[in-house]
Amino acid sequence: MPPSSFNITARILHWLMAAMILTMLFVGVGMMTSLTLRPWLLDLHIPLGVAVLLLVIVRLINRLTRPVPKLPGEMPGWQKYMATILHWVFYALMFALPLSGWAQRSAGGFPVRLYPGFHLPAILEQNPTSYALLHDSHRIMAWAFFFMIVGHLSAALIHGFIYRDNILQSMIGQKKLTDKSEEICSDQ
Amino acid sequence: MKKYFFPADSKKRKTGIRLAGIALTALLLVSAFAWSAGLIGQRNTTRTFLENTPDSFPAGYRRAHGKGICFEGTFHASGNAVPLSIAQVFGQKDVPAVGRFSLGTGNPHAPDNSSRTVSMALMLTSADGEQWRMKLNNKPFFGTRDAVGFLKQIEAFKPDPTTGKPNPEKVAAFLKEYPEAKKSMEYDAKAPWTKSFAGSEYYVINAFLLIDSNGKEHPVRWSMRPHASFVSMSAEERKKAGPNYLFDELKKRLEKAPLYWDLVLTIAEPGDPVNDPSQQWPANRKQIIAGTLEVNRVFDQAEGGCRDINFDPTLVPKGIALSDDPVLAARAGIYSHSYNDRVREIGYGKATDAVGKPKKDNSQNK
Repeated sequence: MPPSSFNITARILHWLMAAMILTMLFVGVGMMTSLTLRPWLLDLHIPLGVAVLLLVIVRLINRLTRPVPKLPGEMPGWQKYMATILHWVFYALMFALPLSGWAQRSAGGFPVRLYPGFHLPAILEQNPTSYALLHDSHRIMAWAFFFMIVGHLSAALIHGFIYRDNILQSMIGQKKLTDKSEEICSDQ
Repeated sequence: MKKYFFPADSKKRKTGIRLAGIALTALLLVSAFAWSAGLIGQRNTTRTFLENTPDSFPAGYRRAHGKGICFEGTFHASGNAVPLSIAQVFGQKDVPAVGRFSLGTGNPHAPDNSSRTVSMALMLTSADGEQWRMKLNNKPFFGTRDAVGFLKQIEAFKPDPTTGKPNPEKVAAFLKEYPEAKKSMEYDAKAPWTKSFAGSEYYVINAFLLIDSNGKEHPVRWSMRPHASFVSMSAEERKKAGPNYLFDELKKRLEKAPLYWDLVLTIAEPGDPVNDPSQQWPANRKQIIAGTLEVNRVFDQAEGGCRDINFDPTLVPKGIALSDDPVLAARAGIYSHSYNDRVREIGYGKATDAVGKPKKDNSQNK
């Protein structure tokens, strides 16, 4: 029988990475505009991005190897389909954004600095076309990710406070105590 | 299935309020993001500094100091700065150097007599892989105490469309807000123009912190002081000279012998205006020669090399850190935009003479 919530690793990683990723997005646009903060924002953006990349590897392994809760049986098929696709797109973005950022820095001949004295190796040769493509995709993916997150957050709140199904609870970790019609096991 | 459409009438009002709350949350997030990105609100961003770049600006060129030439050479550390900083560059006998000499005008096709400002950009890469990038001008201080002052100065001195001259009220208002700019204007009016890149001293303007092996910070500024003598050029000489007299002269000199500059560190004392680039430090401050830069050859920036390097002065090695000079922090973002814009043009094939291809016939040269 599928569990009613995601396992503890998944839940911790979800909330931790949600905070990290939202921070990264704001730091990203901030460092492209700020008159006074860019050097420090960039010094945060790179190591935090690498941390997201390392964590998403752990998260993916956990996602692929451990059971996950089923979506409510009452949910229309098209909604279940959309939710599934979009969550895999999230995984793709969590990989593609840090990797494209690392590649972009490499293609621009910039050091990929985690802290003074410690750099990651370049993963590409310096090349203006690569730099232009990577910079543009990094930016476009970041904006897309931001709006998807706003949608994701809104949908989660709608499921939690308006539809009152198990979906929000499945990522918080409590079993829903009200509404007996939510017999998760019986909706296969 | 019914649940996933609107719930029972009795709950509609509560639902409405909750939906409104969710929509408000989403709206707040989006607004905060848009504000951070400079899309809403009136804040000056680093992008604002490139707003004066015309659409017809030649593709692939730097938006400021567009006209330049790459150089290669070696930095020979003297060892004198080792007690002040753990940066490996200060103890390394031969450090590979790549850089660029440039004219202060934006337009890359401007004649050499169009600006007094000449500049040296430099990147040193020490054996441990650490990079030190710098961009120095032949003026020892900045016009205003902050970056916004630069924008306001441009705005204040814009010629009034009716008179063709700056509006004196605007200028007076600007000087009231930025009195330090007066000194800069006097300097610009009186300071001699150089006849050669070789004889110019190039100043870092912003302060940095050297970090020694005990973690102690030493605020410094530096300059590249030439071994060649400074020779000035009068206004009449400049009028008669060819459009590329500075660059031609540099090439000729280097055919005969390398050129040298000493890296002279000036050490601040407590109380000195470390974070105000418009203020010089007292002349009696201690100076240390950290080493000598040897410039061996120059080559056309259209070939590459320095062309696609962003000489961002905030890119410093371990052992050097940034001061809180606000102009220094602003330069990082401004240079990044110029770099992104021009490398995008080059990367997507829009650049012509910037990369050595023949110019196109259209007026935009794109």
